[in-house]
Formats: sequence, C-alpha cells, structure tokens
Amino acid sequence: MNKPHTTITESTLMPNATGDTPMSSAHFATPQERSIKKPLLKVNGLVKHFGGLCVTDQVDLTIFKGDIHAVIGPNGAGKTTLINQIVGEIKPDTGHIYLGNEDVSHWSVARRARAGIGRSYQINSLIPHFTVLENVLLAAQAAAGHNFYFFKPATSVTHLVEQAQACLESVNLIAEQDRVAGALSYGQQRLIEIAMTLATRPTLLLLDEPTAGLGPTETERMVELLLRLQNQYATLLVEHDMGAVFALATQVSVLVYGKILMCDTPDAVRNSDVVREAYLGDEEFDA
Amino acid sequence: MARHESTHTTTMLEATHVASDEARMNQQQSLLAATPKPLNATRALLRRIIITIVLAVLFLMPLYAWLADDIFMLTLFGRILVFALAALGLNIALGFGGMVSLGHALYIGLGAYSVGILSTLGMTDGWLHLFTAVAITSVVAIPIGWVALRTQGIAFIMITLAFAQLFYYVFVSLRQFGGDDGISLTNLSSFGVLTGDKYAIYISLSLVLAFVLWLVNRIVHARFGLVLRATCVNERRVNALGTRSMPYRLMAYMLSAQICALAGFFLANLTGFVSPAMMSWVVSGELIVMVLLGGLGTVFGPIIGAVAFLMLEEGLKMMTDHWPLIMGPFIVLVVVFLKNGLWGLLQDRKESPQGDGGNIK
Repeated sequence: MNKPHTTITESTLMPNATGDTPMSSAHFATPQERSIKKPLLKVNGLVKHFGGLCVTDQVDLTIFKGDIHAVIGPNGAGKTTLINQIVGEIKPDTGHIYLGNEDVSHWSVARRARAGIGRSYQINSLIPHFTVLENVLLAAQAAAGHNFYFFKPATSVTHLVEQAQACLESVNLIAEQDRVAGALSYGQQRLIEIAMTLATRPTLLLLDEPTAGLGPTETERMVELLLRLQNQYATLLVEHDMGAVFALATQVSVLVYGKILMCDTPDAVRNSDVVREAYLGDEEFDA
Repeated sequence: MARHESTHTTTMLEATHVASDEARMNQQQSLLAATPKPLNATRALLRRIIITIVLAVLFLMPLYAWLADDIFMLTLFGRILVFALAALGLNIALGFGGMVSLGHALYIGLGAYSVGILSTLGMTDGWLHLFTAVAITSVVAIPIGWVALRTQGIAFIMITLAFAQLFYYVFVSLRQFGGDDGISLTNLSSFGVLTGDKYAIYISLSLVLAFVLWLVNRIVHARFGLVLRATCVNERRVNALGTRSMPYRLMAYMLSAQICALAGFFLANLTGFVSPAMMSWVVSGELIVMVLLGGLGTVFGPIIGAVAFLMLEEGLKMMTDHWPLIMGPFIVLVVVFLKNGLWGLLQDRKESPQGDGGNIK
C-alpha cells in the first residue's frame, strides 16, 4: 500500500471493533490528484430508455481508486439499471463507459468482468447447493483464465483454493468454508457474495445494496469490511441505508428519474435543500 | 471477538455477553449443522454396496451367460448397458448443465448409422466406425448446440426435438440405406478375431461404461464441472464473474452427444440392426425418464435409472401385455415423490434446503 501524502486519518470517525486490521486510512482524491490521476471508471453521457421511460438520462460518473462513490435515490430512480449498464448486462442507448483507458462500452459481461469489474447483486445470487469454498472458487477460477480442465478436482487446485480462502478470510468466513452456502444465514451469504466478487480480482467494485436485508449488527460489520477494502479498489455503492452511505461514501451522487441531480461530498449532499426536497423529503439522517 | 486485554471484571461481563450473543447467532446454524451425520455415513456405505453390486452384476453377466449358455440374458443386459451409457451421457447435459434435450436419440442414431452405412458400403473396420461415429456426432452436435443454447426452457426442448425429428425423417427417406425399415447388418464392425462375438461386444461395452462413469465423476468435480454446474443454477452470475458460459455449455452438450454416439455404435453391433426408430423422439423421452428415475445430476444415478427402467419394462412385459399401465404410474410416482430420483434416496442429506443438483431451468 503506497500511502499518498494527502492521507487523512479517519480513525476517530470510523468504527473498527475488530482492531486486528490496520486502521483504514481513507484516501480521498484531492482535486490536484484528480487532475493527475486517471480515473478507474468513467461514464460519459449514458442514456437508456425502456420504451417511453427514460431510466438513465445523461449520466456522467468518474470514480478513482480509493473512492467510494455512493449512488442514492428513490426506488425506481434507475440505480440498478445504471449498474447493469456498467456491467454490460444492459446495453445503453448512447454514451460510453471507460475502464481505465479502455472503452468497454461494447464488451460482453464476461470480458468486462475479466477486465476488472466486480459486481455484487442486490439479491443473493450465489450457488446455494455449492459449498462456501466452491462458490468462491468458482469466482477465483473465473479470473484465472479458461476452465477447460476436466480431470483434477477443482478443490485440489492449490493456488486457486488459496486465493479463495484468502477472500473468505477477508470476510471472516473461513470457518464455514465446507458448509453448503444455501444453509448459511442471509447475512453470511451477503458476505460470501462480497468474497466472490473479491475473488475475481477486480479493480472496480459495483456493490448493489450490500446491506439490503441485514440487521443492524450485520450492517455494521459490512460497513467495517467495505472500509477495510476501500483503498484497494474503486467502489460504486448503491445503497438505501443512509447510515451506511454517510459512513462510507467519499462522494455521493443523487439519482432521480435517471438523472444525476447532484454529485458532491456527503456533507454537501446531506445539507443540500434541493436533494432534501427532491428525494429525502423531511427524513432525518443519523449518520 | 478476542478481547483478552480487558480487565478481569469486564472480561467476565463481556464473556457472558459475547457468549449469549454467539449462542443466539449460532443457534440457527447449530440446528442446521446438527443434520444426521451417522445416517449420512450409513447412506455412504449403502451407496458403496449398491454401486458394487450393480457393477458386479453388470460386469459378471458374461460369465453367467457363458456358464448357463444364456445368450438372451446377455443381449438383455447389453441393451441395459447401452442405455445406461446413453443416460450417463445425457446426464452431463441434462443433470449437470440443466439442458433439457429432447433430441439425444439423434446421437444414438448417428452412432448406429455410422456402423450401418459404412458397413453397407463395404467399409467394415471397427475403429473407422468408432471414429466416424464420434466425429460425425461432433460435427452435427456443435452447430445444433450452438443454435439451441441460444434459447432456454421450453424453447430449448422444442428446438432439440425439432433437430432430432429433422434427422429422423432424413434417415427415413434414405432408401438406399433401408429407409423406414433400417439396415440388417451383414457385417458388424470388424475388430479381427473378436468381430461379432457377443461376449467381446458386451465386455468392451462394459469397459467403456466404466470408463465413462469414471470420466463423468472426474469432469463434474473439475474446474469445468464447477462452471457447468453453476451455469445450471445461475448463468447470469457465472457471466458476471467473468466466465462466458456458452463455450462450457456447448462443450458439455457435445460431450454428452459423443457418449450417446458411443452407445449407438454398441447398440448397432449388439443387435446387428440399425433403424430410424433408434432416433425417434420416444427414445429421447425414455432417456430423460431414465435420468430422472435414477437421479438428475448425480453421477451414478443414470445407471440405476437405466437398469430400473429396462428391468421393470422387461419384468412387466413378461407378466402382462398392459405393462405401460403399471410402468407409467410408477414413473410418475417416483418423479413426484423422489425429487432426486432413486439414487437421491441414498444421497447425503445436506443442510441446504435446496438439495443437490436438482435444478433445471
């Protein structure tokens, strides 16, 4: 980890109950840095219509390594559709998506994933009757090139198993590796989702409501985990839990009817009257 | 949760807290984890015993037939082996890949006609027959699979059925090769002194079956198998992880077709007869029933399915002319009440509520 000179230590703000990880030194890209550094993800003028409905309306996004860019917005604002377009499951009508220097707008889902886009789903979508290890292994071997190997059992391919186990360790689920994934609690399954995403060795994380359906304790753990991961990736976070958003985000975009209403720091968004009116109503934040 | 550095009292306090916390959180898990392990051990033992018995009976049949001079039994069991082989093949696509192909009899037919047509044309070399069967099948299966795999669910079933019927009528219309009546082989595949020897055919067939069984077992646990089984459950997820699912599914489809072609090759040699009836949709349907009966997506299930199906059919035929009246309801009952087929009865009860490998799109 090469720490940039503009590191802000946030230890006072961030809960870190486990204490066994080095304190996440959140790295916010300063304006000077932004001008020097290449963004990891750049979305340019993305437009998507479903029939007469405009679900993505001229969306621009720029995400740097170390950023956690939260996208918030009311239901039906087009958040998941936006993720699906970046991932490649939905083709945008116009607009471009750049990953690093490359225009990936016309790449297939699998190719984008191999190029570094890692995505977790809003609804758990692991393979329920595989063991936990097999699930993560599936992800690890996807990143390791083709899988036309017919003889050696996947669970005895040492280097892949080690990678998968490292990912499971990072979400603290190594003890459950031999259990059937479908039998774990919902919260644990959410963590396996993250472990699978990490196992594909992404540079960009697209997390679609990672705390959806989690209890308060589990949400706290997920937030800790994402903070720990922050520096290694560029993260696009779609999230409804405002507590989690304001604990995590370095930047917040507010998406309403497919349009980005505002893109600024969490504090600016929280204090913005426009956002409050358009989306948040008179909801209280307790971040 | 290690908080050893706390003072004594707080440690005690926290310990109780943590303990109750953990207890609450683990309660559900431990309940789930407390699945009957000893029963699973019994099942594993039973599985091993049954596999041994079934394989022993199948492999030692030539010895019995030779001692008792009972060629009928040898032919009957040869037929069972052929369908067990085909069902093993179909299971790769159907059970592990979730591709419900209602056209796999096509590949049995292609295997059989490779023998029939080449031997009618005077080319009797057995290795040539074998090679042709596998090669032609691959050439046919790849484009069919490539087209069919673009569809899902009922459309996939219909499109595989359509292709099989297409070839069925092509072979019906081949007058020079017997047309509807098929070909009675004057020359079987030539393998030197072994040519046409019922025992040699049976023994080589059983060896091939054993090899394919071993192969399937390796494949489904290998990296390829992991991807294949995952596409069966959630293809979208597999793609999002960075693995393009299509080549794996196509490969599985082709492999299963090739194994069916092998079955066809042996069927032609076993019966000395080749006809379009071998590739009729009824045969495809029976193959699916065998796989379902034995246990979808289990390695050994299809063999159990084929043995059970054909033995039952033979047994009932001996008792009554109205055997389908008994056979039909029996199959329905098994499929309805035993989700994972007969072999599923002996599978480990996993903690997962989903069971293992019973997913079809």
